Amino acid sequence: MEETVIKVENLKKWFPVRMGFLQTLMATKKVFLRAVDGIDFEVKKKEIFGLVGESGSGKTTTGRCLLRLTDPTSGKIFFQGKDIVLLSQKRFKPFRRKIQIIFQDPYESLNPRMTILDTLAEPLNVQGLAGEGETEEKVRKTLEDVQLVPPEEFLYRYPHELSGGQRQRVATGRGLILEPSFIVADEPVSMLDVSIRAEILDLMLDLIEKYGVSILYITHDLALARHICDRIAVMYLGKIVEKGTAEQIVYEPLHPYTKALLAAVPTPDPTSKRIQVVVKGEIPSPVNPPSGCRFHPRCNVCIGDVCRMKEPPLVDTGNGHSVACHKYSHKT
Amino acid sequence: MSKPTMLDVANLTTYYKISRGYVRAVENVSFQVKEREAMGLAGESGCGKTTIALSLLKILPHNGSIKSGHIFFRGLDLAQLDEYEMRQKIRWKKVSIVFQGAMNALNPVYNIGDQMIEAIMTHELETSKSKAEERSQKLLELVGLEPSRVNNYPHEFSGGMKQRAMIAMALACNPELIIGDEPGTALDVIVQAQVLKLIKELKEKLNLSVIMITHDLSIITETCDKIAIMYAGKIVEYGDIVTVFKEPLHPYTRALVQSFPDITAAKTRMKSIHGSPPDLLSPPTGCRFHPRCEYAMDICRKKEPPFLNVGHDHSVGCHLLSKA
Repeated sequence: MEETVIKVENLKKWFPVRMGFLQTLMATKKVFLRAVDGIDFEVKKKEIFGLVGESGSGKTTTGRCLLRLTDPTSGKIFFQGKDIVLLSQKRFKPFRRKIQIIFQDPYESLNPRMTILDTLAEPLNVQGLAGEGETEEKVRKTLEDVQLVPPEEFLYRYPHELSGGQRQRVATGRGLILEPSFIVADEPVSMLDVSIRAEILDLMLDLIEKYGVSILYITHDLALARHICDRIAVMYLGKIVEKGTAEQIVYEPLHPYTKALLAAVPTPDPTSKRIQVVVKGEIPSPVNPPSGCRFHPRCNVCIGDVCRMKEPPLVDTGNGHSVACHKYSHKT
Repeated sequence: MSKPTMLDVANLTTYYKISRGYVRAVENVSFQVKEREAMGLAGESGCGKTTIALSLLKILPHNGSIKSGHIFFRGLDLAQLDEYEMRQKIRWKKVSIVFQGAMNALNPVYNIGDQMIEAIMTHELETSKSKAEERSQKLLELVGLEPSRVNNYPHEFSGGMKQRAMIAMALACNPELIIGDEPGTALDVIVQAQVLKLIKELKEKLNLSVIMITHDLSIITETCDKIAIMYAGKIVEYGDIVTVFKEPLHPYTRALVQSFPDITAAKTRMKSIHGSPPDLLSPPTGCRFHPRCEYAMDICRKKEPPFLNVGHDHSVGCHLLSKA
């Protein structure tokens, strides 16, 4: 069995919903937006674990919780065997070196007033990892890693002088410069043009192999996840509805939501079967999620009261493939 | 089999003037759209796809202008029409556009009904307000929304519903050609599939022609009959989608097709195109793709490749083919 890098247990993040003064007086209880509502997963060493879902399903919130950019409401996050949820920010600081993030939008994630050298040197300075002379050397090496060569040409440039692809390389470099063992990649290519997406992804995959990093890859694009992830978890309204290897999810989907997602993915092959829309409607608000199975109002195989009343547990159907649907929990 | 041509764009050239010179956004672009046909216009951001759409309707921003070329719509050259004629004869009545609407194409301070009524009454001076109201409710029903939602404001709609409302608005004056400018982008996959299906159904039901503008080739394969691939202000390949996807001839098309992940295919590493698209203030000489092309020859740097017909509605602009 491979080593587990990060393990998440029953992670919850509820955001309080702000209401007006009178509403607060009248309300009998506080209202919460349940962005992430009890999820479990683990990422193994050198693995790319995909978290797939529509917008509002809670994938980014999960990513932010792992980095303690927001504090989870409850649950446990074990990083290399240690629960990092209860640590104070000060005691968490050494862990930040090991857990890094690459954000979605390289146009917003880089400080426009900092040169590339400053941007890449900042994490080193914050962690106190490089002496006077070493900083620039390390930055140069990282720039070479992300193929911004020759490095001297980029050191003193500002983000506005770079193209989108180059910016995302800088952001990737910033994520890797501390040699982390775990990276959260939050839609790292969705803002880039298709012709350069593959190049950035390739770069990331190469670096993962080189440094043995594990990745939590957050994306809405199932087709992309299928090609780069080892395992995939599908999220819907703050819950994981299905989890398995990329092949299991794509070729043997079990949950009706996963099936609907797969059916909706357009394929770049004009001779293949055209898309069929299996489900109606849109993802509901996570403030008042549907009772029981959260997917039941849109589900086409809803089997009755049990779906409306009882929340389905995530059950293992063998070979590490698990699904949260009453249809399958009934059989077993 | 061969349908009559509805729209014939010939040598369209549109530039934007900025302080540093002219941005050559669209140069010498020619294509045809036949009756009841859907054509996809694909390319990366900044390649001029949206500029073509804006040129067809002549709603370019103040610094943009059509420098030369013709846009024949049923024989009438739109490039020669003035603003008044465009508004009275063409826009919305013949050609309308669905913007990438989920985010900000609707006015947040007017309700949906009023916005639709405004569109109808601007273009059809003779229609009364009550008739326009009635029609806006019918249109919402046509795109699968509750007619009573005419009184709702855009913030009360979800992304998919806003996009449906945008489509309803584009249909307000019974146009014959609809331009969809990234109609599925910024929507979730399931909602995107619903919207694309709606467009396909409406096309059949109302006998529309469609121009679908998108950077996502897979959306074009799902909805269109023909495809034009654009690169840096030029169309580099045009043909029916099966031919272009199965036997792409231009190196850019080939690379673009390969850079798309196919969910049904075995796990592979995607291929990419080295470098990035050029600055259109001073595009490369000769073939605009040559700096990123793996087959670039001497002639590519010097001479612009002619746009050759290589058989059955399939045209390519590449020296590799003109040589052979």
